[in-house]
Formats: sequence, structure tokens, C-alpha cells
Amino acid sequence: MSATAETALYERMPFDPTAPLTPSGNLRRRAVVSRFVQITATAAAAFAVAVLVIVCYGVAVRGASALSFDFVVENPSGLASGGIFNALIGTLEIVAFGALIALPLGVMTGLYLTEFAGPRSRTARVLRLALDMMAGLPTIVVGLFVYGLIVIPQRRQSGFAGGIALAIVMLPLMARSSQEVLLLVPGSLREAADALGVSRWRTVLSVILPTAFGGILTGAILATARAAGETAPLLICDSIYNTDTTSLNLFHGVPSVSMFIYTSYDLPLTQAVIRAWGAAFVLMVLILIANVAARLLLARSRGRMAR
Amino acid sequence: MFGLCALAGVLVVVTLVDVIYQLVNNGQLATSRFGLGFLGHTAWKPGFHIEGAGALIYGTLVSSLMAIVLATPLGIAIGLYLSMMAPVRVRAVVGPLVEMLAAVPSIIYGFWGLVVLVPFVDRLEPGLHSALGFIPLFGPASPIGISLFSAGLVLTVMILPIISALSRDLFLTVPAELKDGAAALGATPWEIIRGVVLPTTVSGVTAAVVLGLGRALGEAIAVSFVIGDVNAIHPSLFQPASTLAERIANQFLAPVNPLHLAAMFYAGLVLVVIGMLTSVAARAIAGRFDVTQRVI
Repeated sequence: MSATAETALYERMPFDPTAPLTPSGNLRRRAVVSRFVQITATAAAAFAVAVLVIVCYGVAVRGASALSFDFVVENPSGLASGGIFNALIGTLEIVAFGALIALPLGVMTGLYLTEFAGPRSRTARVLRLALDMMAGLPTIVVGLFVYGLIVIPQRRQSGFAGGIALAIVMLPLMARSSQEVLLLVPGSLREAADALGVSRWRTVLSVILPTAFGGILTGAILATARAAGETAPLLICDSIYNTDTTSLNLFHGVPSVSMFIYTSYDLPLTQAVIRAWGAAFVLMVLILIANVAARLLLARSRGRMAR
Repeated sequence: MFGLCALAGVLVVVTLVDVIYQLVNNGQLATSRFGLGFLGHTAWKPGFHIEGAGALIYGTLVSSLMAIVLATPLGIAIGLYLSMMAPVRVRAVVGPLVEMLAAVPSIIYGFWGLVVLVPFVDRLEPGLHSALGFIPLFGPASPIGISLFSAGLVLTVMILPIISALSRDLFLTVPAELKDGAAALGATPWEIIRGVVLPTTVSGVTAAVVLGLGRALGEAIAVSFVIGDVNAIHPSLFQPASTLAERIANQFLAPVNPLHLAAMFYAGLVLVVIGMLTSVAARAIAGRFDVTQRVI
């Protein structure tokens, strides 16, 4: 049939045969609404990414002018010149100390919940609730707690107190992430170990932990990165320190990057504010690098566990 | 091994109990003097031995509610985009980027909020005031943009990744058969979302929002940069105010007398009770869904 003949045929018909295929009326309205929602959702995601970019860009632009190699490897001299080396080392000390406490405890809590407690265990339920509550503690309250627990009896702020506070921030995150990874370990591995007559604790040490290692490490990096950026607990527990020197004694005030930013911004010196931006930039870069690294690691270990 | 792991669990519970004990113990001076009236009194005059948390609680609730009102629709929309609409490659990039909003330290949000957001709010305010000024919330402004509104915006950005990541994970748990079934009946993508995805996950999403609320209520540092620490209850969002956590961060290191210090511990106790309530509420609402704060 030729094209003109076809058209002629359609014209002779009492109805349009393509009508059910082209949205009209109610169907068109539904399609438009749906399209609108999809565009809105896409815009929302774009907005979130844009906010991240704006924040990063804002910090980078303002921090760049303070940045130099010396800024990272020199101690400050006075309030408006020098680098932030002592603050970087201090953050490292406090966070490492906190991680030393929180990471093993977190992993063990996760192990208890997944490997040792039964699925209907009442203690496990209480513990899960406690972990939830701990994760929900405002970090400033963690600071208050450690202030009452350690700073008041010792009569001075210290990196030790700050580290304990950060440990409390990290612990629930660590417990949570290791729990999630441990649940991914195939049950067949446990059954195989059980069938060989291996005791539970040996199974945990030699089968389950090695299998879940990548995921646990990811959680550890992310929890540590979170703690490294915390300011509120340090403000309360470790904010009085010698600003110009590196402190290696955890039982005295230890400088930290976040406290450096917090105090420098308050100074009526342009140079101090610029240095605060520089420190913020360094802190942000370190944390974002840790996050990206952790995610890459996670993707790799997930892939390996699925194999 | 079992013993060690159980011990770790016990330590968690003991720590939590000790948190309450320390706050009560160190706040004794204030709790015994003000009692529950602390919650209602709005004056905060440490020099005159008068402390009340009324204005602080007002600021805390209003800034957090504002953050929730803004972040909930945004977060759910992002969750929907990431779980149902985005191509796989986009998803793998945008998802982690959104989560990275949660990795930015609060001090950086505070600092950025003060320097970038506050001037922005200052310019935004006249427009909002002239358009919506008949609503008391959009009343007269403070001169520089340091306000409850700025605090709400900063909190919105901070809780947005929590709500979006959690809701994305929830939406991914909706069985494909349900969605396909709806599609086979001729439902448009939006109708699938409204008819299948949201109803099956509503309790989990609510729990995620409550978790975000808990986070917003307790944020101290970021808020302290942009809210002004002014002890006032003003209907306008564009006036400076104060929150519980922010007040502690601002004044803890320089208490004028022991009662002042104790009052801040009392404020911390109020905060912790609110925080625990939100955790428990989230858990209760979530039902069969597993919704908690997490880093991965």
C-alpha cells in the first residue's frame, strides 16, 4: 500500500488507530507528573553534589593562599606565622590513641553481636540499643562526659582525655561497620570450620577475621577520618596547650588541627584567619583522601568476598 | 575470645550509664537549684546565678526542625534518584559524593557557613521578608545574617547525606517484583514510587529522618559559628539565637561561677535525653528495617 493510500485509509476510518499509543488526557497528565518528579529528583542530587563542590571550592580557594610546603612541616611562630606541623602531629597522636582503644573494642563488639550472641539473644538486643544510643550521643556531650571522668579528677586538660573522647565517638561507628562486614562473611565458611571441629574462637581468628579484614579496615579508616575532624570533644577536653611547640606527651595539652582552626578564626588578625583556612583545607583534603581510599578498598574487598 | 568480646559489649553499656552519671553528678548544683524549671526558664544570666534553658531549647528545636523540613524532601528525592533513576555509572559516582557531605568536618561547615553562607543569607533575607513577611517566621532580620536561619541551612547540609544515604539503602530493599508488577499494570515511574516504594519503606524513611533530627539537635561547633549565641526567643528566623549544644561549646571554657558550669552540664543532660529519645524512637519506628548511623 502506498503512503497516500495509507493516509486515505486512515482518513476513512471512524477512529484514529494510533490513539492508544500516544498519551493524551489523563495518561499525558500522569506522564508529565512522573517526568516532573524525575527531573526534581535529579535536580536534588545535582544540588547535593553542587553543595559539596561549593564547600570544597570555598575552602580550597581561601586556603590556597596560606598553603606552602613550610605550612605543613613547620611549627607556628606566634599567632600569625609559621606552619601547623605541631597541630598535625597532635591530631595524629590523639586520633591514633583513640583508634587504639576504639578499633579493637569496636571489632570485638561486632564479633560478639554476629558470632557469639544468638539471633534471639536478649543481651545482644540491649547491646545494639546501647550502640545506637552511643552513636546518637552529641559529640559535645561526649566531651562533657570525658571532662567529668578525666579532666576534673586530673585537674587538667590533656591529649589523653581528648583521645578517650574520640574513642567514644569512633566505637559505635566501628562496631556498626564491622558488624555489617561480618554479616557478609559466608555462613558456609563457619559451617566448614565447625565441621572440622574447630573451636569458635579459632574460627573467628583464623577464618572470619581474615575474610572480613578488608571491610573492617575500610570501617576503621572511615571512623578514624570522622574522629580526625571532630572539634567539640577536643574543645572541652584538650583545648589548652602550648601553641608553638610539638607536644609528644599525651598527658599534657596536645594541639590539634581542628582546635587550631577553631581558635585562629577568633583572632583579630587577617593572617591568622588565612592560616585557619589553610589548616581547614589540609584537614579536608586528608579526610577526603581517606574517604576515597576507604571506598576503593571496600569495592575491592566486596568483590573478593563475592568470589 | 567470647569473654573478651562480651567484655567489650559490657564496656559499651557501662560507658553509656557513666555518661548519664557524670552529667547528673557534675550538674548537681544546677539540677538541685533549678529543678525542672530549668527547661522552661528563658533567662540566662550566669553572673546573677540565673540559668534557664528555655531559649536554648527553642533555638535547638526550631533550627533542627527547619533542617528536617528542608532536608527530608531533598534527601528522599536524592535517595530515589540514586536507587531508581540514575544510570549505574552515575550512581557509582554521585552516591559516594553525596555521602562525602557527611565526611566534611563540622568545623569546616561552621567556618564555611560563617564566611560564605551568612553573607548569602543576608542577601536572601530582604526578598524573603518582602514576599513572606506576613508570616512571623520571616520577620525582621539581624543586620549581618547571623541567625537561626543560617544555622538551619548549615544543619540541612549536614543531615542531608544521612537522610539520602539511608533512604537510598531502604529503597534498594524494595523487591523488584513489586516494582515490576506495578509497571506491568501501567504505572508511571512516579506512581511506582508513590504506590509501591514509599509505602513499603515509610517506617524506615521516617526512622532515617528521626536519626537526622537527632544529629541536628546535637550539633555544636558548626552551629556556634553562624547562630550568634544570643539568648533570645524571637519569632523571626532571621534573628540570632542559641542552641543547647552551641551554648556549651561557646561558654564551657570560661564559666563565671561553678553554677554556670553545672548549668552547662544540665544542658548537656537535656541534650543527651533528647538524643537518646531520638535513637530509641528511630529504632522503634524503623520496625523491621535496620536503620542506624553508620560510616559505610
